[in-house]
Amino acid sequence: MSVQKPLPHDAAALHVTGQARYVDDIPVPANTLNLAFGLSERAHAEITGMDLSAVRAAPGVVAVLTAADLPHANDVSPSAHDEPLLADGAVHYLGQPLYLVAAEGHLAARKAARLGRVRYEDRPAVLSIDDAIAANSRFEEGPRIWARGDPEAAIGGAAHRIEGAIEIGGQEHFYLEGQAALALPQEGGDMVVHSSSQHPTEIQHKVADALGVPMHSVRVEVRRMGGGFGGKESQGNALAVACAVAAAATGRPCRMRYDRDDDFTITGKRHDFRIHYRAGVDAEGRIEGIDFVQYARCGWAQDLSLPVADRAMLHADNAYFLPNVRIENHRLRTNTQSATAFRGFGGPQGMVGIERVMDEIAYRLGRDPLEVRRVNFYDPPPGGGLSAPRAPAARPPEDISAKVKAGEDVSAGRRRTPYGMEVEDFILHEMVDRLARTADYAGRRARVAEWNAANAVLKRGIALTPVKFGISFTLTHLNQAGALVHVYQDGSIHMNHGGTEMGQGLFQKVAQVAADAFGVEAARVKITATDTGKVPNTSATAASSGSDLNGMAVRAACDTIRDRLAGMLAEMHQCDPADVVFEAGRVRAGGADYSFEDVIARAYTSRISLSSTGYYRTPDLTWDRIRGEGRPFYYFAYGAAVTEVVIDVLTGEYRILRTDILHDAGRSLNPAIDIGQIEGGFVQGAGWLTTEELVWDGSGRLRTHAPSTYKIPACSDRPRLFNVDLWDGENFKPTIHRSKAVGEPPLMLGISALMALSDAVAACGDGSVYPALDAPATPERVLAAVGRQRGRA
Amino acid sequence: MSATLPITLTVNGESVSADVAPRVPLVDFLRETLGLTGTHLGCAHGVCGACTVRVDGAAVRGCLMLAVQADGATVETVEGVSDSGEIADLQDAFHRHNALQCGFCTAGMLMTAAELLDAGGPPPERAEIREHISGNYCRCTGYQSIVDAVEEVAQARAADKGGQA
Ligand code: FES
Ligand code: FES
Repeated sequence: MSVQKPLPHDAAALHVTGQARYVDDIPVPANTLNLAFGLSERAHAEITGMDLSAVRAAPGVVAVLTAADLPHANDVSPSAHDEPLLADGAVHYLGQPLYLVAAEGHLAARKAARLGRVRYEDRPAVLSIDDAIAANSRFEEGPRIWARGDPEAAIGGAAHRIEGAIEIGGQEHFYLEGQAALALPQEGGDMVVHSSSQHPTEIQHKVADALGVPMHSVRVEVRRMGGGFGGKESQGNALAVACAVAAAATGRPCRMRYDRDDDFTITGKRHDFRIHYRAGVDAEGRIEGIDFVQYARCGWAQDLSLPVADRAMLHADNAYFLPNVRIENHRLRTNTQSATAFRGFGGPQGMVGIERVMDEIAYRLGRDPLEVRRVNFYDPPPGGGLSAPRAPAARPPEDISAKVKAGEDVSAGRRRTPYGMEVEDFILHEMVDRLARTADYAGRRARVAEWNAANAVLKRGIALTPVKFGISFTLTHLNQAGALVHVYQDGSIHMNHGGTEMGQGLFQKVAQVAADAFGVEAARVKITATDTGKVPNTSATAASSGSDLNGMAVRAACDTIRDRLAGMLAEMHQCDPADVVFEAGRVRAGGADYSFEDVIARAYTSRISLSSTGYYRTPDLTWDRIRGEGRPFYYFAYGAAVTEVVIDVLTGEYRILRTDILHDAGRSLNPAIDIGQIEGGFVQGAGWLTTEELVWDGSGRLRTHAPSTYKIPACSDRPRLFNVDLWDGENFKPTIHRSKAVGEPPLMLGISALMALSDAVAACGDGSVYPALDAPATPERVLAAVGRQRGRA
Repeated sequence: MSATLPITLTVNGESVSADVAPRVPLVDFLRETLGLTGTHLGCAHGVCGACTVRVDGAAVRGCLMLAVQADGATVETVEGVSDSGEIADLQDAFHRHNALQCGFCTAGMLMTAAELLDAGGPPPERAEIREHISGNYCRCTGYQSIVDAVEEVAQARAADKGGQA
């Protein structure tokens, strides 16, 4: 079996020797031009004049293009056709590309791009959430509202009421490799594009439109990205299209990369949110009714904001049953970068909202936050069966049945999400019990309290938070994938699929699936660059769906070839094709035993096709995003984390002391790769909620546009003690080898860091002032929150 | 100001002479002029460490040093130390521990870690390893596996030395 093995990343050997090529490492013809954009200096203005003579005269400049020079589509939007490649008449954010410079050398292009003289007539700029609310500046006609039951009555009639709001900042992707593209003109007007993109098909589509050619004239290749995290789902379009139009205009290869400052200034980031909440709870803290109002700052163009905002609504429940609920979500249009996909895709913001509510309920009622979370959990499946651990349960099963009995309203369904989907395999009761035990949550909570009683300057905090994350694209038609598999005469295998590799280990996992199908070792499978000429009409590698979709498509292709081989051998040996066994590089049929190579050689001379496509679409999805009803997800992935922090009450500085994680990857295709995703996801999520702060000034200029001012986690910021375990269950849905998607869900484990900080801040006061920590909880914010505890506003 | 300056330096054991513009960073010279693209450019600000190379034995940010400043120096990149085999154990440990995902930080991380491992003295503790590589960003891994890999090599090398002594 190749699957379930902890094999290292497929390109690891190339990475450690510096041989792995990223887009900007591809050797290019000597006449290749480098591109740079001239950028808007205003957040919102009419362009009344543009003098580019100095740009054109600058050393090394070969061509300068403006919107008027584009012969075909001037559009790089992934959705609403509202995002011109080059500004046309008006600018909508500070940093918007105005003109395109093609020059001999990257530095020459950048220098020249700064020389344009642009006259603006300013328009009022809508920058903040408050600005946008005041101006009613939004996408869609009004807020989306989904509701169930009678939340007003439930809140009004409840024993306790909780009310508040949280600000949640955005996040820069900070993929270590900045955006990059390269276009190589071909004969007959065709174009080959190399792009650091999660979505080659969209690049192909946008380039074709910009060149005025059919999609078949454009081939896009993506071997790898130096990190994506959602930031290369749509944000690579501009560079690829720019390279293609400049290459078409000049007849020379063109390449472009954003310097880090430009990358920060031009590209979209995670949506920042403000979430208001009102909840009514019973004496134990169980929610009876809740009302959320979510405001998402979407920036100037629609991009992927609608599905991002939908996903925030879809995760407003996280792991909790909300009997009476109303969720209102505003998609605000502002004169800032167009916020875009980022690992979790709105889910994390929705989840922070409800976790904040849990934290505040516990504070107000003086209860352990974990107990409050538990009483609000969805019910386990009746009988506890669907996704129970494979191995004889480490946990005695009485816990589950006890809970089923306690929750008398089982038949009333404490299993339905606000959007009406049943949570069929809710395993967080068991997972949280196990994690609380292995991480000694209760014991450490007591010791944290002792520590805090004895120490005035350093205060500790601890929190356990769960994750339930829905897997599938919420735009249902995107849940499809294709693959192409060839077996060559010598028995070596060439595999291709529509997914892209950004470091997440997708290629290795899918190669393991292919190897498993043929009963050979993974090394026999050659993993090739994603190529729109091999597998067409692909979806972005996003929504954590990479291995689910592409793994199934590759297996379908492999199964087709294997069935042909089995049919051949069955005929030779007069046995049932189902009895032909592919295992450990051998093939056994009717008592005979062949090497895999032998079988392939025979198949070739017997004129049997050794190549096949494969296709997969996720079953059982129905979704009405306007009504907020249906089954948008194939299944849920689960996880939980306990984080302990210490803060310095004099400075607001803090450290993450320890994090313990238990995460559900189903029956993991590759435990080593999955654990890497979990560790990295947690650290990135904790970074988002603690140190990563984006600051725009009053003119709409992003002030934190470089790593000198925007702080992602360094090695010294990660937890001192970091224990990560995989839950030993399997997917109750027939996914590829019963695995679960693992790309996005672990990011939200980072919420435990924010809640631990809240706990530490609360320890500074007398229990009368809820910390109400906004995110990111920078040291400044922590210090201010400590001040509020001590009566200093 | 557009004049170029002649420089001569040793790169990965070979003598290289070139005329370079004064403004060209060492990392651009290595990548563009010499085609040594194993060293990456992450921020061009001296913050991320992706561009780390070795100059006269010390780990240096290739984006902060100008090519002309390397005149007369001995420069080693990930390609050079791979060919020489001197960090083969570290590379192997990175490979086995999955101390990389997208791999973009890897070359710089290896050069920085190699500097620590070459520093002599007792094998570094985890805290020391964390401190030493905290100037190299990795956006993917969460660093756990990187520290594991470096620690393993530190201990293996110390055990080796102990065995010989
Ligand atoms: S590129 Fe040199 S430190 Fe980031
Ligand atoms: S592996 Fe991607 S930045 Fe380190």
